[in-house]
Amino acid sequence: MLNILWPIFIILSFIYALISGKTNQINEGIFTSISDAIQLSITFLGTICLWNGIMEIAKKTSLIKKMTKILKPIINFLFPELRKNEKIKQEISMNMIANILGLGNASTPLGIKAMKSMQKENFKKDVLTDSMMMFIVINTASIQLIPTNVIAIRTSLNSQNPTEIIIPVWIATIIAACVGVLMTKILIKKVK
Amino acid sequence: MTNIINYISSAAIPVIIIIIIGYGLKEKVKVFDIFLDGAKEGIEIVFRMIPTLIGIFLAVGALRYSGIIDMIVNLITPITNLLELPSQIMPLALLRPISGSASMAIAVDIMKNYGVDTLTGIITSTIMGSTETTFYTIAIYTSCVGIKKTRGILLAALAADVAGMIASTIICRILS
Repeated sequence: MLNILWPIFIILSFIYALISGKTNQINEGIFTSISDAIQLSITFLGTICLWNGIMEIAKKTSLIKKMTKILKPIINFLFPELRKNEKIKQEISMNMIANILGLGNASTPLGIKAMKSMQKENFKKDVLTDSMMMFIVINTASIQLIPTNVIAIRTSLNSQNPTEIIIPVWIATIIAACVGVLMTKILIKKVK
Repeated sequence: MTNIINYISSAAIPVIIIIIIGYGLKEKVKVFDIFLDGAKEGIEIVFRMIPTLIGIFLAVGALRYSGIIDMIVNLITPITNLLELPSQIMPLALLRPISGSASMAIAVDIMKNYGVDTLTGIITSTIMGSTETTFYTIAIYTSCVGIKKTRGILLAALAADVAGMIASTIICRILS
């Protein structure tokens, strides 16, 4: 995707700047943007190291097991097909917990594992199953306890209160997830 | 009400850290050593991210300073006014499902231009925190099992994104 968008963005902008006589602004602007990228990376370094460290501790405790228990009824509701398949449900809940804790690096490999296990039970190998659809939608909904990236961005831009967005983010995520789940349930019934 | 929400928002991080470290202590985990292991991994994550960020910030910077973004914002203002969305966040709304790093660059750009703590800045942050790179996620999870027939899953995922964006706007308007 970016192999197409990236050159389009750059070429269009430069041509537009040449035509509208904004060459000075664009020369200055691209270098400002690059130093913004580095400044953001430096702020990220602190925030990401902090959370990765804290979440590594969470991984080593029984908190994960506790969360699996809490998630159980939700998973049973979302994946009625898998009611009897404890192994896949375990993999799905590990992926969800990694998402909730913001362990981006861990959640994707766990999710791929869950998808592969679901594919083994799939009768039509080239079509998504109901559970797979639900699983993907849950993963696109970004259910995250602490939106660390956003807080890092806000901090790097000298926000007075970088964390004030946490509750709005929770509410918006839950609404998005509910809409996603509802739409998926409808699609599951309609599109066989 | 707003005060309570602000308090919970700012208490969330300390409370979560206390719970996790507390659990670690209770179960006699070597908390500091493990923290260091995790933090070390964090450095790697950020360093691997830097080239992408530079590339994307270059493209988004070009869009901004050439005046194209302002032109697009002006064009779509009549539509966004109908939906009561701030038109400045529309470039973000369009890019968010497609690319994580591009939307991050756009978000930084918006917050630099219109302020982090303004309504626009807060809506931008909330959208960034509550939505995901939908196309990428779907691509990864369908390609890892070689599935092409997705039964319209993109529609459901995009509906969730749109709902998240509208919800972000409304919530932030109510709270501010």
